[in-house]
Amino acid sequence: MKLECKSQPRHPHPSLITQISLHNPEIKLESLKEDIKDFLKTSGWEKKLQNAVYSELNVFPSPCHPAAPPEHMKEPLAYMRKAQGSWEKRILKSLNSMCTELSIPLAQKRPASEQKELLNKWNEMGTDEPDLSLFRPVYAPKDFLEVLMNLRNPNYENGEQLSFRNHLGLIQVPLKVKDIPELKEDFSELDLNVGQLGIDDSAQVPPEFFENEHVRIGQKVLAEQDSAAAQQYVRQGCPTALRADLWALILNISNQPEDILYYEQLKSNVIQHDLLVDSLIYKDVKLTASNDDYYFVFEDYLYQVLLCFSRDTSVLEHFAYSSATPPKSYIRGKLGIEEYAVFYPPNGVIPFHGFSMYVAPLCFLYHEPSKLYQIFREMYVRFFFRLHSISSHPSGIVSLCLLFETLLQTHLPQLFYHLREIGAQPLRISFKWMVRAFSGYLATDQLLLLWDRILGYNSLEILAVLAAAVFAFRAVNLMEVTSLAAAEAVLADLSTLKVMPLLQIFLFATVT
Amino acid sequence: MAGKVKWVTDIEKSVLINNFEKRGWIQVAENEDWNFYWCVIHWFQFVCLKPSRNIIARMSVQTIRNVFSVETGYRLSDDQIVNHFPNHYELTRKDLMVKNIKRYRKELEKEGSPLAEKDENGKYIYLDFVPVTFMLPADYNLFVEEFRKNPSSTWIMKPCGKAQGKGIFLINKLSQIKKWSRDSKTSSFVSQSSKEAYVISLYINNPLLIGGKKFDLRLYVLVSTYRPLRCYMYKLGFCRFCTVKYTPSTSELDNMFVHLTNVAIQKHGDDYNHIHGGKWTVSNLRLYLESTRGKEVTNKLFDEIHWIIVQSLKAVAPVMNNDKHCFECYGYDIIIDDKLKPWLIEVNASPSLTSSTANDRILKYNLINDTLNIAVPNGEIPDCKWNKSPPKEVLGNYEVLYDEEMAQSDGSDRDLRSRSGQSTGTKGNRGRDSGKPVLTTWK
Repeated sequence: MKLECKSQPRHPHPSLITQISLHNPEIKLESLKEDIKDFLKTSGWEKKLQNAVYSELNVFPSPCHPAAPPEHMKEPLAYMRKAQGSWEKRILKSLNSMCTELSIPLAQKRPASEQKELLNKWNEMGTDEPDLSLFRPVYAPKDFLEVLMNLRNPNYENGEQLSFRNHLGLIQVPLKVKDIPELKEDFSELDLNVGQLGIDDSAQVPPEFFENEHVRIGQKVLAEQDSAAAQQYVRQGCPTALRADLWALILNISNQPEDILYYEQLKSNVIQHDLLVDSLIYKDVKLTASNDDYYFVFEDYLYQVLLCFSRDTSVLEHFAYSSATPPKSYIRGKLGIEEYAVFYPPNGVIPFHGFSMYVAPLCFLYHEPSKLYQIFREMYVRFFFRLHSISSHPSGIVSLCLLFETLLQTHLPQLFYHLREIGAQPLRISFKWMVRAFSGYLATDQLLLLWDRILGYNSLEILAVLAAAVFAFRAVNLMEVTSLAAAEAVLADLSTLKVMPLLQIFLFATVT
Repeated sequence: MAGKVKWVTDIEKSVLINNFEKRGWIQVAENEDWNFYWCVIHWFQFVCLKPSRNIIARMSVQTIRNVFSVETGYRLSDDQIVNHFPNHYELTRKDLMVKNIKRYRKELEKEGSPLAEKDENGKYIYLDFVPVTFMLPADYNLFVEEFRKNPSSTWIMKPCGKAQGKGIFLINKLSQIKKWSRDSKTSSFVSQSSKEAYVISLYINNPLLIGGKKFDLRLYVLVSTYRPLRCYMYKLGFCRFCTVKYTPSTSELDNMFVHLTNVAIQKHGDDYNHIHGGKWTVSNLRLYLESTRGKEVTNKLFDEIHWIIVQSLKAVAPVMNNDKHCFECYGYDIIIDDKLKPWLIEVNASPSLTSSTANDRILKYNLINDTLNIAVPNGEIPDCKWNKSPPKEVLGNYEVLYDEEMAQSDGSDRDLRSRSGQSTGTKGNRGRDSGKPVLTTWK
């Protein structure tokens, strides 16, 4: 008798099979099915399997029509696929020309002495001062915005004249986005009469009202190790002491020995080979996180995570459901010959300016490099990849931009119109916040409360809602500005904002 | 109608001057009538008034002890206040601080106080917060005895009267401090002048590291009176990080960038960054510790930090000249080890008012602002006869750390709710009734 257990690609549990062996005295042939069920329950494996399945459900899209070709799972709309393809070509061209200009190969093996040096310096790569002056980021968010602005659906004929009633924002594609009544329903746990961390745990509120009970429930959820329950729980925010474990539970990261081994393997890949993108990563960290009041402390961890990330081929799996396609490169002299094609970088993700800011906030939660690494990787393949690829997905950056503009135009029409008139299209300012999931713009404790809800609702739409809420909050000042620069100045510093009250007021307490 | 406060200072720092001007105070020269004097102490030179009250002189330690004493007949008038206690060095000189704490502990032990309880190794359970320290050359032999118990330990040598990390070095061999040996024939040590006195302390070689980097805590504590003790802690302290990775390796003992966190030293390192200045807010520290270590141990750590500050002040209170014309804002330097135990390294009487970054400037400006609001109520001409009990509203970013008067009158009436114990950090806005002791966890 064989128990078929398809091990998940990212969560191999080979030991499960060895545990359920017919030599186990508790398992009798007569009542095999029941015995195994009991065994799974008592050994905790049932929970683990449930969590693994739940995790996959969160990540993979629902099965589509059996006749649909695989690219439809990536992106159903043809024009979006095409646009993403062109964008990728552009990025690659930019990378290749940098390569040629600087005469640096995309990848090369490190000489033994350099390998040894890097190994010694592994924990303090921040003190290295390679000459990065000739490198420039492959692209910055604003370049990407230009591309999104030019997206058009060739099948969509809008016969109407452009008038005040039409969409006046930068995004001109007709994707479906939610309105406030729908958002209220989706985000019902953020309602005024529901306790929230970030609001109901402030100094003036006695902890007996909400906080104590919420913490107690959180501890229970962790004790039960229930992924689905955790995801529901964090919608009301994570207590700081429980957050690291709750996120790990939701993302189904358990830091098993095989995971640690995998990370060590990646580390040795870094030591052995030097990639061009490594310099891009260095440059990005030096430009962003190293100068950040909150994250400069963790500079070295960022290198340890991102350099390994670039070499992690398991990341390639996410391209099955992403509209993006990993760039291919050819061994020297074998251009176009498929047998000599490799993905470049090995994980297929070319970092852009600000990429390291996806990792930085996580350093406040995890101080073991391998766990930090896994959490980041999972966050990337679940969420962050959608922020820099062109797709029609509701959590994709295009939809988020459209959602933001629509919310603003619908609920703050005067402000929207005013800003547009003075040449300060709101999206030009809020785009960078959303692409970075607000990392580096909000105070860390607020950012973590925001990311709690991203995990809880398994959606990035909250970023667009927050962006609109910020504009609503500073509307009075914004109405008085007369230039884009002045508008940028009003919105330059978000570090004092409290995100939950802003979200709550915007969704549930604004007269629409 | 109240006249405008007249102020004098001996340093040109914008954070100070802006605060004075914003209150509409008038700057006067040193030899004119003044109400408020903000002076800076450079090593052993003190700015103070000679009896004639009209001439300012820089004086040595000896003289300053006499100036405020009754015998010379010198008096500050009721409408004058100064930002230092006459003998603040009892707390701010490294050797005297240790001496006073040792004396305080012995006194408590003699009284049989539970605070002086010791564990099975003879270490104080509640009062062991200063690393083992000896004065040199006076305690040289005692030091050698201690050194030999742990010959692989590292010790830090600090000149008693200097600041900003000047003159500090690390040793791990007796030969490195031969010249402080009392019976050394080659000793060039002639006078016992306090200028050359050193303290030697056990170096904390297992500091808590964050991101692999060593850091220390700078906390500001305002004392308005020592008897009864009334002190306030500034909620917005900060952590100062070393720019270079920490390593306890002996080859790096000479690399001051690894070991000393003083900004004055770090500023000259290659990696010093002028945007964040290698500084972290205490609220970041708290968030990090709560997230990675849990809430209970974090609360315990901060409780202990408050505890050791108050104990250090109690230790010097009996010997402090509690002149009613004085208040003082101290800079406390604390290091946390990897077992989350805080250690008091030193107390500074004139914490630097130089700003290394924009954020820094804002912090110090607000620090002075809140300090002045407490020390000079309503910004009006001070009257030293007041009870030094400001209302809660003016505290700004300060929180009452300890109010002896209130503590004694309250007795055992402690509000368990105020045990939130989070007076520094992200949730640092927890209200606390002014005057109540911070911790119900204290004995």
